[in-house]
Amino acid sequence: MKLDAKIPAGPVEQKWQKHKFDMKLVNPANKRKFSVIVVGSGLAGASAAATMSELGYNVSCFCFQDSPRRAHSIAAQGGINAAKNYQNDGDSVYRLFYDTVKGGDFRSREANVYRLAEISTAIIDQCVAQGVPFAREYGGKLDNRSFGGAQVSRTFYAAGQTGQQLLIGAYQALSKQIGNGAVKMYPRTEMLDLVVIDGKARGIVVRDLVTGEIKSYAADAVVLATGGYGNVFYLSTNAKGCNVTATFRAYKKGAGFANPCFTQIHPTCIPQKGEYQSKLTLMSESLRNDGRVWVPKKKGDTRPPNQIPEEERDYYLERKYPSFGNLAPRDIASRSAKEVCDAGYGVGEGGNGVYLDFAASIKRLGKEVIEERYGNLFAMYEKITADDPYKVPMRIYPAVHYTMGGLWVDYNLMSTIEGLHVLGEANFSDHGANRLGASALMQGLADGYFVIPYTIGNYLASSKLEKVTTEHPEFKKVESDVKGRINQLLKINGQKSPEQFHRELGKIMWEYCGMARTKQGLEKALQLIPALREEFWKNVKVLGNNEEFNQSLEKAGRVADFLEFGELMCRDALIREESCGGHFREEYQDEGEAKRDDARFTHAAVWEYKGENQAPVRHQEELVFENVKLATRSYK
Amino acid sequence: MKFKLHVWRQKNAKDSGRMETYDTPEISSNASFLEMLDLMNEDLTKKGQDPIAFDHDCREGICGTCSLVIDGKPHGPEKGTTCQLHMRAFKDGASIHIEPFRAKAFPVIKDLATNRTALDRVIQKGGFVSVTTGGAPDGNAIPVAKRKAEKAFDAAQCIGCGACVATCKNASAMLFVSAKVAHLGHLPQGQAERLDRVMNMVSQMDAEGFGNCTNQFECQAACPKDISVENIAMLNRDFLASSLKNEEK
Repeated sequence: MKLDAKIPAGPVEQKWQKHKFDMKLVNPANKRKFSVIVVGSGLAGASAAATMSELGYNVSCFCFQDSPRRAHSIAAQGGINAAKNYQNDGDSVYRLFYDTVKGGDFRSREANVYRLAEISTAIIDQCVAQGVPFAREYGGKLDNRSFGGAQVSRTFYAAGQTGQQLLIGAYQALSKQIGNGAVKMYPRTEMLDLVVIDGKARGIVVRDLVTGEIKSYAADAVVLATGGYGNVFYLSTNAKGCNVTATFRAYKKGAGFANPCFTQIHPTCIPQKGEYQSKLTLMSESLRNDGRVWVPKKKGDTRPPNQIPEEERDYYLERKYPSFGNLAPRDIASRSAKEVCDAGYGVGEGGNGVYLDFAASIKRLGKEVIEERYGNLFAMYEKITADDPYKVPMRIYPAVHYTMGGLWVDYNLMSTIEGLHVLGEANFSDHGANRLGASALMQGLADGYFVIPYTIGNYLASSKLEKVTTEHPEFKKVESDVKGRINQLLKINGQKSPEQFHRELGKIMWEYCGMARTKQGLEKALQLIPALREEFWKNVKVLGNNEEFNQSLEKAGRVADFLEFGELMCRDALIREESCGGHFREEYQDEGEAKRDDARFTHAAVWEYKGENQAPVRHQEELVFENVKLATRSYK
Repeated sequence: MKFKLHVWRQKNAKDSGRMETYDTPEISSNASFLEMLDLMNEDLTKKGQDPIAFDHDCREGICGTCSLVIDGKPHGPEKGTTCQLHMRAFKDGASIHIEPFRAKAFPVIKDLATNRTALDRVIQKGGFVSVTTGGAPDGNAIPVAKRKAEKAFDAAQCIGCGACVATCKNASAMLFVSAKVAHLGHLPQGQAERLDRVMNMVSQMDAEGFGNCTNQFECQAACPKDISVENIAMLNRDFLASSLKNEEK
């Protein structure tokens, strides 16, 4: 596997501009001769499909949900960063670039991150033009708020539903293109495998989730925008349907998978209540603009929070990180919460929570202002917990939220399989070992609106693409493989449901590959997971058959892939003998703070699949930091 | 807590369907309605019976996928989506009726899962601003009055679940269509196509087989996102304006 990031030469500020000129173009009249498949219809997928079809390419877009507007991008709450400096507080493209590289704990690719910061301003303009109802100030201008890991106010938002509004903007653009026939949309259609012919990605094999029909689709290039793999933990802030299948199957066909152990645990989510719980609900990071995090100074203090006086409260984030306080980045805030709870200061049932208190802000700004900023989030919290956060502090605890790891891509967002491009959370590039808040929305739209439409042209114009149809034997072979797997799942007729296996896997992953990892723990996981997987293939119970709407069968296929992927994650976490960002190895720390080993690990780990029951091979993309000097990441 | 469920079962689009009765296993009062159904399904799977098919995804009230009529009300007895309903809203031992969102324009796929692509097709006919990617003016170039921005945002909160259709005795989609018409109609960006948009979307709405509006306002009462019928008033005004002013048609 050759890893050539294809980073353009020259100063980082000029790389993208220069690259846009150097890239080959497809002339407008020729674009309609090319077809592109986009899998996933979230921020990255919908924006990519809409934009490429506007340029003239023939685009087909697939999603497993019943409508493209259901993609889980819709649930993102807090906001989207852009280096507009409307607030006149010192922001700039360079500062956003710097904050993001530092926030990623120096494990991302400078060139990609700079481009992201550069493009960020155009994203806001595009969204406003589409009618995205961002929050406005009284004078009619766009409003901003602060987010973790930044000391400037650069986040644009729409109450606590920014993801929803941005996705609706992209969905509207996609709808316009579907309406005028430029995009063929296939909802309730799940990609189950990738088709590679002569080393190039030439199509996909899908299952129609209503009829069960297995079908092939051919194209000149394939774009995966299928989101993250947080559901490997079973409980996460992801939607129930989110899965790793599309990217994992691509991995098995030769796409390198980078840094799978870089998973993000979000500090403020509603704590788990019971065994039956199906997911964890996010409480946006934006709440930490106005909420103060604290635990009682006394261990096991069960007094109602409003009865604990100020002097008996430990505002531990403000204490430990004075310059960022409650807006310390996610990995740091999550670990701090775990630390105080493990030490016995946690609150709520089982002591698995800390307080996020709005009393001071409500007093200072008034309830109406808080309601305007976060209304829907407070309502959501009350629905789920039956507590009123206007009257008592929220109880929150960290939960799996985002995955920085993903398929490896070069500067053109192309994977190690020619023609296979990967966008958004599904790829690995821009956030390093820790993603800053409000940057996922930025990355998804940057990739979809302003990067892939250029770089796909470069690929199509520079590649020799033989004409390929779904009659090609490789499509038939992959279809047959897919059908074989489905039949196998249906035949087993064991004792345990796919859901039960998923829960068990989730517990192993959270325990041994969660917030704090150790060599012994990871080695144990590497024994438990294969054992669970073996049991799955002997004992899973999937009722019904393929030729119908069958949610058990859908689930079984996704869990089967998680059972292999979880192992890859643990392997990755075991070899990376350092702590950086969201990857915390207890053996490598400095009084509770992550301790990197820059000499040995300033690289992206890229895994190559070698076959069934064979150990994958680990490659390295060395990361060079020319602009942001490697330093201990301090938020004190 | 334990419950007696009366659930609509329908094998596929052609099957005529029927109500079946089930006893749930022990359910925590903190469990959500869908978690209760998950546990019911685990139980059915153990017994070798076909689990109940229902659409769901985010489980946090924002994606609009979940769509159950519970005891005659879309999304159940409380304000909010199906997934945000918790079993503490019911009495122990209660009999609960669960059906899909019913409308001619929402054919049943299986059990409680329906095909709501009609709503997507209405959006495809005009629920957007015709702007291609790139070349947009600076985000602050056109100031938008805070109150207008808020009205637009309130209308834009529609999650496209279709509860408004399901609760309306005419299966009208007016609240859904008006939410989009109002969202874009309040903003300067939406003005250029305002008259065409309303005509095209209403025409598609009719073509999909949704019913007509008789101003009962059940839709607003059922809407989990508090979309206001004032948006329908705005749609009606735009529709009239379009019929009178739009000389192109």
